[in-house]
Amino acid sequence: MVNQRWGYWLFFAALFLAPFYLTEFRLSLLGKFLCLAIVAVGISLIWGYTGILSLGHGVYFGLGAYCMAMYLKLEASRGHLPDFMEWSGVRELPWFWKPFSYPMVAIAAAIALPTLLAALLSYFTFKNRIKGVYFSLLSQAVVVVLVTLFIGKQEWTGGTNGLTNFSTVFGFSLSSPLTQIVLYWLTTICLALIFVAARRLTSGRLGKVLIAIRDAENRVRFLGFNPTVYKVFVYSLSAAFAGVAGALFVLQVGLISPEMMGIIPSIEMVLWVAVGGRHSLMGAIVGAIVMNTAKSFLSENYPDLWLLLLGALFVVVVLFVPKGLAGIYESLVAVRIKAKRGHEREARVDVS
Amino acid sequence: MFIDQLFNGLSHGSILLLIAIGLAITFGLMGVINMAHGELMMVGAYTTYVTQQWFANDMPHSAGLYFVVAIPLSFLIAALLGWGLEKSLIRHLYRRPLDSLLATWGISLILQQTARLIFGAPNVAVVPPSWLDGGIRLFGAVFPYKRLFILCLVLAIVFFLYLYLMKTRAGRRIQAVTMNRSMAACLGIATQKVDAYSFAIGSGLAGVAGCALTLLGPIGPTIGTYYIVDAFMVVILGGVGKLAGTLLGAFGIGLISTFVEYSTSATMAKVIVFVLIIAFLQWKPSGLLNVRTRSLD
Repeated sequence: MVNQRWGYWLFFAALFLAPFYLTEFRLSLLGKFLCLAIVAVGISLIWGYTGILSLGHGVYFGLGAYCMAMYLKLEASRGHLPDFMEWSGVRELPWFWKPFSYPMVAIAAAIALPTLLAALLSYFTFKNRIKGVYFSLLSQAVVVVLVTLFIGKQEWTGGTNGLTNFSTVFGFSLSSPLTQIVLYWLTTICLALIFVAARRLTSGRLGKVLIAIRDAENRVRFLGFNPTVYKVFVYSLSAAFAGVAGALFVLQVGLISPEMMGIIPSIEMVLWVAVGGRHSLMGAIVGAIVMNTAKSFLSENYPDLWLLLLGALFVVVVLFVPKGLAGIYESLVAVRIKAKRGHEREARVDVS
Repeated sequence: MFIDQLFNGLSHGSILLLIAIGLAITFGLMGVINMAHGELMMVGAYTTYVTQQWFANDMPHSAGLYFVVAIPLSFLIAALLGWGLEKSLIRHLYRRPLDSLLATWGISLILQQTARLIFGAPNVAVVPPSWLDGGIRLFGAVFPYKRLFILCLVLAIVFFLYLYLMKTRAGRRIQAVTMNRSMAACLGIATQKVDAYSFAIGSGLAGVAGCALTLLGPIGPTIGTYYIVDAFMVVILGGVGKLAGTLLGAFGIGLISTFVEYSTSATMAKVIVFVLIIAFLQWKPSGLLNVRTRSLD
């Protein structure tokens, strides 16, 4: 246990020091992956611990990103209308864009909006005990609806192109390496805080209730708990994480479009967690980083192969390694401990 | 105007029913989430494309007849593929619905990419048979033959499926296994065999749906993802385990979305219909029609 805690410290220290040993290009990639790892922690919470499979996390991620992007866009337009609005003939800034000229409002909205949407969806489905695959499919339908809406309302959202061409944040240039490093650190800190918070949450009493809900929801109900409250809470929390991740993502990547919140990105998020190990928060982080590294390498060099590989990976992970990388690691550790114990026993036999 | 909208709604509903009817078997009766269902449709659509090419090249005199051959052919090929899928993958995941969802999603990616490698990424157009051009004029509205054909095809499929499930031994075995698997097994039904062929039938119906979709426009490797979510919504709204529910769900969604679309826009119609579905599930969480049961889970 002590060993493991040291491992976590070491991991986050290595991430934090990355600007000193990675090139600018690789650092920007890593920063992007860490944002996605934040989403993965949230998915591990709801899927690995509570047994809710959400295929809609792309939407929460996207909403967070759009909120931040609206602020960046307004700052980049310097008091004028954003360029895409002029192209589609909008004369005046729509009312819901106005508050986003204040960065604090944008940041608050990037967390609050996804949380609210998730709370609404999960309350109305979990209250009626709609669960399992039905919830997964409904969350996927939310993705379809929101993506259609964002593409359709081009004059408000920038349509398929999304929001891009930002210049500054809080007056600092987004393209300067220093800003990018600061943003990277901010991402690392957010990831570490969210990881610690999620660990606290799952190691306590609440975590036990969540696992109990996953394993036997009705028994939990008979014991006097109300699973709906717990499920809505944890689902909204993971949506909030995704919102934070989206806001950080758009700051570093400088682009958000409906394509990045669609069905396929949403389900890919689930795959990162499945590969890393759904029952393990650290596994989810590692899974997100490993999978995205593999993706950025393979999809550039062998774009045809990548999709086949991705598809095969879904099948292989589900059939043969349902516990993912974390499961492999755990069984290795178990083997070592067993071997160690075996030696001790032999040693004892020798003595007697 | 009203008749126009009514027909459009019925036509939209018939398309929804066509893509959902296979799911009503694999998802509704067997409880398997097959995300590759859309890709089985794609397989049917490409089968039709290949058949059409074949007829156009080798038998130009009877080129219009290709569609008659394409329907059973796409059923067969999609059914075979579904059968293989059940044997190799899905049977290991019956007790893990969420995992089967992910694994079949993986299959759908593989199938999509394979189609892209064989036929190329751009959409291909299937020339509809000439005997389906034109339409009937009735009450001042035009009813295109293609849409009428799809409507009739769907009704025929529902009719024969109903006969099959209710009146034949094989169909009754499917029902028995759905209702009580262990009891059916005790009475000597080979449940695994039943699983395999029910899944094959559901997949084959997806193939037929894909074949019919070629009448409506060009087809591409991603045609399945376009329809899959709608198809699942139909089955969920209709209620799992009842074919009649799927029928009602499909025509309900089709009619409502057409009328909403008429008074707003296509985008808003999608949003409003989804909100209506969620609202409806508040009232009836298990859909329009459901199998009454006393069990808790």
